[in-house]
Amino acid sequence: MADPDSPGITARSDQAGEPILEAKVWIRPIAAADLAQVIAIDAEASGIEKVDYWYELFQRYGSRGQRQRFFLVAEGKGAIQGFIIGEVRDWEFRLPPCGWVFGIAVRRDARLGGVGSALLAAIVDCFRRAGVDKVRTLTTRDDNLMLSFFRSQGMMAAPSIPLERDLE
Amino acid sequence: MKLQTSTMLALYSVLEAASQPGKQVSASEIAERYGVSAHHLAKVLRELGRAGLVDSSRGVGGGYRFSGNARRLTLMDVIERFEDIGARSPEPGAAHTDLGLAIARVLSEIDEIAKATFRSITIDTLLKLAEPERHAKTSAPVPAPETRD
Repeated sequence: MADPDSPGITARSDQAGEPILEAKVWIRPIAAADLAQVIAIDAEASGIEKVDYWYELFQRYGSRGQRQRFFLVAEGKGAIQGFIIGEVRDWEFRLPPCGWVFGIAVRRDARLGGVGSALLAAIVDCFRRAGVDKVRTLTTRDDNLMLSFFRSQGMMAAPSIPLERDLE
Repeated sequence: MKLQTSTMLALYSVLEAASQPGKQVSASEIAERYGVSAHHLAKVLRELGRAGLVDSSRGVGGGYRFSGNARRLTLMDVIERFEDIGARSPEPGAAHTDLGLAIARVLSEIDEIAKATFRSITIDTLLKLAEPERHAKTSAPVPAPETRD
């Protein structure tokens, strides 16, 4: 888990052709007081407010002492700028233990400042400390924003293929 | 989705130019590196110029300079200048047989995955992907790509 006593992570974008945005954010485990902002950030990104869902996730992933589950937030300018949630899963889908990221979002006005990259780097660090050396995620193929973000972080197609069927 | 030679040349040209921001890359250099005809490459570069992805300058030291935004331009943005990426046209016999339609559905699924992949990779991301190889390799000529005309 990210050390709450660490000096925080400076997220910065300085690629050629882009304005230099500097967002000093503090990556730390979520606290109960952050939930309302997390719910709002998710609602802004997904268009659906899922209050019960996030309270339930907080119960399962937000409590202290978790060794395989991580729910982190990026705090900056006195507010939560983004969050990431994931866990280490063992031998699911016949795959050796690996870290799974199943939720990430950044406040719209804080995007392109490196907050998402800082959150991903922090959870990858948590996964590494939990003893795994692979991180995976899943996104819909029409979610170009999310796909491009994970691609820009060096992620490639995984060996698994998600399948589905309509239930009659 | 199999890419035509022109499309591959366009991708190589954009990537070569974008990998040297602000510098001119000569067409003959690209043609030699990828073992392709300078004439064919010139046509591709003209189309890239019309699309505003490269600027050209003539004369000694002239060449092509990347003029797009590498963090925004995706592989699909380049590909769709050279390929018809609309719905796959039905294979002979496919449209009026149940098996033909089932196969068409599978092929369409493959195409959709390919398109999503091309849409998600920016020029900047691809250059980062190539970085370790670029550092590891010397400037040995690259074999010609396996493509169709």
